[in-house]
Amino acid sequence: MNRLIALFLLCIASAHAEEALKAGTFDPPRAAPDFTLSGSNGSDLKLSAYRGKVVLLGFGFTNCQAVCPITLGTLAQVQKKLGDEARDLQVVYITVDPERDDAAHLKTYLSHFNSSFVGGTGTDAQLAAVRKDYGIAAEKVAGPDGSYNHSSFIYLIDRAGRLRALMPFGHVADDYVHDVRILLAEQ
Amino acid sequence: MKALRWIALAAIVALLGVVAWAAITPVTFASREELFEIPKGTWARRMSGDKVEILPQRIDLTLGIHDVLLLRNLDDVPQVFGPTVMMPGQSFRLPFEVASSYSFACTAHLSGQMTIVVAAQPISAWDRLRWRATALWNAIT
Repeated sequence: MNRLIALFLLCIASAHAEEALKAGTFDPPRAAPDFTLSGSNGSDLKLSAYRGKVVLLGFGFTNCQAVCPITLGTLAQVQKKLGDEARDLQVVYITVDPERDDAAHLKTYLSHFNSSFVGGTGTDAQLAAVRKDYGIAAEKVAGPDGSYNHSSFIYLIDRAGRLRALMPFGHVADDYVHDVRILLAEQ
Repeated sequence: MKALRWIALAAIVALLGVVAWAAITPVTFASREELFEIPKGTWARRMSGDKVEILPQRIDLTLGIHDVLLLRNLDDVPQVFGPTVMMPGQSFRLPFEVASSYSFACTAHLSGQMTIVVAAQPISAWDRLRWRATALWNAIT
């Protein structure tokens, strides 16, 4: 009987937690499509390797002047605000510009924000497949600076590897902290 | 003639009553969700050449009234809907807390972009009145 009550309370708590996210939520959540790319840390970047952690997954390019520095700066603040809690959080940033963003360049760029951030790059075909799986738009803008228009949101992936939510561009660090704490609380 | 005057007076009083109600009563709805659905068979219709537009290029929301965008894919195949890809039977619920204009890449539109304009909550009497008048006008036209 006690177990039933506990289960009931857990259901209520999890339903409440889902409603409370500030990001856009998926119902039902689906498994985050796995991928293997070249990681900025020198080894393969495989999403499923982060099972057990909460992953913030974003797409962009290091020459981005408008969106990416703001988003990555916000995510760096999130890491800082979470302190020790951030040990179970992983930021993954996948380039849409493999021509210029090799693993070494990604590493240097991301370390300006937080040394724990991991970047991913690969062939055009590999990256296009990942973008397709996640519904990411990326289009090269005609011009000398080789800029890209790209989706600017961040996916929130829970410890079980499920695509739980999507945070649109422009949210402050506290909104991420709020949502990440909810996902971290789920074991 | 006297009866007509009374009728006119009653009409004016009634109108003033409606205006006062519209200005004083807070705007509330049973649900704060603005729902858009991809109906079953949409993909098949698109494949057969139909131009199916489900999501408007611009969506207007109001904080505290309709400030949650709810997208639902009832079709049998995954669809890029609004900012993201959605599996069959999946819904996506996006709440807004800040009044602003939000742009999303959306391949469902020819422009490749969708805009969501979130207006501030009508709190003052004048704002409520204006909000209701606009809603009424939009419903009529």
